[in-house]
Amino acid sequence: MKYVDAVQVQKRMNFRLIVNTIAKIIFFLSTVFGLVVLGILIYRVFSDGIGWINMDFLTGKLSTDPEKAGILGAILGTLWLMVVVAPVTMFFGVGTAIYLELYAKKGKLRSFIQTNIANLAGVPSIVYGILGMTVFVRALDMGNIVLAGGLTMSLLILPITIVASQEAIRAVPNHLGEASYGLGATKWQTIKNIILPAALPGILTGAILSLSRAIGETAPLVVIGIPALLIPFPGSIFDKFTVLPMQIYYWTLDSSLVEEYAYLASATIIILLLVLLLLNTTAIIIRNKFQKRY
Amino acid sequence: MRTNNEPVHVQELISKKKQSKNLFLKFEKAIPIILFLIASVSVFTTIGIIYTLFSETIEFFKQVSVVEFFTGTVLKPLSQDPKFGVLPLIMGTLTSTVIAMLVAAPIGLMTAIYLSEFASERIRKTFKPLLEILAGIPTIVYGFFAFTFVTPLLKHVIPGLETTNILSPGIVMGIMIIPMIASLSEDAMSSVPNAMREGALALGATKLEVATRVVIPAAFSGIVASFVLAISRAIGETMIVTIASGSSKNFTFDLTQSMQTMTAYIVEVTGGDAPAGSTIYYSLYAVAMTLFVFTLLMNLFARYVARKFKEEY
Repeated sequence: MKYVDAVQVQKRMNFRLIVNTIAKIIFFLSTVFGLVVLGILIYRVFSDGIGWINMDFLTGKLSTDPEKAGILGAILGTLWLMVVVAPVTMFFGVGTAIYLELYAKKGKLRSFIQTNIANLAGVPSIVYGILGMTVFVRALDMGNIVLAGGLTMSLLILPITIVASQEAIRAVPNHLGEASYGLGATKWQTIKNIILPAALPGILTGAILSLSRAIGETAPLVVIGIPALLIPFPGSIFDKFTVLPMQIYYWTLDSSLVEEYAYLASATIIILLLVLLLLNTTAIIIRNKFQKRY
Repeated sequence: MRTNNEPVHVQELISKKKQSKNLFLKFEKAIPIILFLIASVSVFTTIGIIYTLFSETIEFFKQVSVVEFFTGTVLKPLSQDPKFGVLPLIMGTLTSTVIAMLVAAPIGLMTAIYLSEFASERIRKTFKPLLEILAGIPTIVYGFFAFTFVTPLLKHVIPGLETTNILSPGIVMGIMIIPMIASLSEDAMSSVPNAMREGALALGATKLEVATRVVIPAAFSGIVASFVLAISRAIGETMIVTIASGSSKNFTFDLTQSMQTMTAYIVEVTGGDAPAGSTIYYSLYAVAMTLFVFTLLMNLFARYVARKFKEEY
């Protein structure tokens, strides 16, 4: 008497293997799906916009005439915004990370701050915009200048910067610090001379990545009220300004009125993506080149 | 080399040394306090957000009743007889989020399964950075894509589609959050120990069976958390819906129509330069408060799920 029907088992096994193969193909296709969309997106933007990029576009002023419109104002605005955002987030981000990793005792206070940071990271960017509009633009009466926008953006990317810096500091092995203590260095000397230099590549990588988030972010600035009008180029952090994403926003909105605006938006997107690509490549190079493994 | 012949007092030198050492120690002691003040900026940010939203929302509820706000299906802030029901905005937000999740949840999860269970090391190493690029594209670019590419494309399929509609931004938002779900779920799946996979494989299971019956149940909490975080992200997403979904405050189930989300309403009101103190101005904060509470609850829930139901191996 046979307990196992070999033919039946073989059939069943074949079926299961076929299902397995089909599933594998479907899973592969869904993985490729995202990339195909990415390809279409980039192809569309480049084929529409590349013809509009020339020196006049890069160095020209904003204009209602699409043939004359340039984005130098937006480029300068983005740079000025970074002049505020980069130092402010680095200072508060790294400072908070040092406190949490090296000074704060494990306990309620530390986990409270930590939980708070995790929650802040999940707050929609537009809510930061409302905070910035209420506090910086209206209560402190700054108006919609670079400083107000920059501080808002700094608060927005602060949680990511803190978490990245924390990871970088945590990755520095204990024995480095202990050797420094052993030589008689104080805590701050150890942090300043040993731990921070060792963690610097990781901190910089994280900071650059969060800056690139700030460069591409639009919603908080829309809420703060960046004018769509023609304004003079910003010359300091106290001037009114516009940035690349805002320019894309206004041109996309108006593309139903003037067809050429869609091409201008595409051209601006190309510039924005190139800036982000440059930043991200820098971050990757820093990570690969300077990150020591201990 | 000392050139002058003044006598040097050892006592003096010692006290000088002590003084500088004291100063140094004081500085050393001040450092934790300074750093604590820096760290408290993040706490003050939270307090700032909650305080601004809360105080202005209370002003709003002095002018519009809570019941009208949360049960009203009509939102007409600019009409002669203004109505402030938030339901059309919640409807718009939930509709776009559901569409986004219908796109992102299956595709993101299948991507995660492929990368974690089927793909070779080389394929994984090429695909993951590419997906990260997708995640790094600014949302304004997705908005542009939805408005100028996906909507015209969908018009070929659905002739009745309006130029601004909720369907197209929903789909694009889904594409935007695919990498988020894929990467978080993949992390959860990768942390399932190999011994469990090998045990199942040794019993004759196919890779698919290992994935669906061993890995997914083991990584379930992480996967659910990734979905919840993705939903929270979709609820808070602003630019895609602002551009591609228009500003009609429709209370409808018709996906081909323009619907406004909470985030898009905030953009519309702030862009319109609502005078401070007007009901419209305060309504902005009430909507933002609703949005904030929604996303906060989602995030807390995600972390709760991830921690509470985490299987330890």
